[in-house]
Amino acid sequence: MSEVSTPGATATPAASAALRAVPRSGWHVATVAAARRETPNASRLELEVDGWPGNAAGQHLDVRLTAPDGYTATRSYSIASSGPGTRVTLAVDKLPDGEVSPYLVDEVRAGDMLEVHGPLGAFFVWAPVAETGDARPVQLIAGGSGVVPLFAMAQAHGDADDPVPFRLLYSARTPDDVYFAGELQRLVGASAPFRLDLVYTRRAPEGWRAPAARITRETLEAAVFPAAEQPRVYVCGSTGFVERVADWLVELGHDPRSIRTERYGGT
Amino acid sequence: MQHVDGNALAGPFADFFSFDVTTATARCNGCGSVGELARAMVYRSGAGTVVRCSTCDHVLATLVETGDRAWISLSGVSAIEVRRG
Repeated sequence: MSEVSTPGATATPAASAALRAVPRSGWHVATVAAARRETPNASRLELEVDGWPGNAAGQHLDVRLTAPDGYTATRSYSIASSGPGTRVTLAVDKLPDGEVSPYLVDEVRAGDMLEVHGPLGAFFVWAPVAETGDARPVQLIAGGSGVVPLFAMAQAHGDADDPVPFRLLYSARTPDDVYFAGELQRLVGASAPFRLDLVYTRRAPEGWRAPAARITRETLEAAVFPAAEQPRVYVCGSTGFVERVADWLVELGHDPRSIRTERYGGT
Repeated sequence: MQHVDGNALAGPFADFFSFDVTTATARCNGCGSVGELARAMVYRSGAGTVVRCSTCDHVLATLVETGDRAWISLSGVSAIEVRRG
């Protein structure tokens, strides 16, 4: 199935159903229900969002902070949770010199209120084969905090007991920097087919099978579904990470139309 | 300046369009290529948002917002296809 259509082409029934399943976005008031450390540099926030219509796995929201003088700053954050209900999970990485993330990581406490806009984006999303009819295997590739929307997809896949084979290739600095470490291990043992490949770039655990190193074209090729299996591929990370990985995937024979990317910018 | 991709347009454009712009496909005036806006390159700064074609770098759209007004230009797009569910 082509994912780039030409003007005049009609959507497939499956694509229309997927689009209809994505609710309209809007501005909402969110109350922080819980805030805790996810990694030494990131926090996990549980938000209770008034009027939230639920969201698909992989969607994001925008957080708007307003200073007393009226200055506003808006930033996008991927949502780590999916499904109906008004509870939304974020995992926020603190960016050096950031305007919004240091507040969300270091300052926010349970009971604080935030303005959020969402759910946003119908492109970088995944839904079970029962809804989309798309049975191709799914390869997820995460760099650092780029794992957040991909974790939402893996969790939705496990929750739905979806039979489509899933793999996550996840590049993290050190074992301490792995987001959702416990949840990911549970997904590995769940009945929905899910394989986790961790790559450590700065420090690997004692006795790890490979020294700490960045993903290369060779380690990528060894860990992902081969192009011949026509996987759908979702890549999320820094702009540099995403561009390197996407270029290698195309060199390895993957169809560019089957690769969906989400870049979050710098480092 | 480092770019992100068109997924980031979902929020800023949601206030102005009744459809999700990231899955809409646009045809570039510069090179004629057609693709989802989610695949475009997006440069955001305090001055506004610039959307460029990922094939030829042509400027597809710009968005500038102030407190009570917004300017949207789609001058680099010759057609947009929106899927109605």
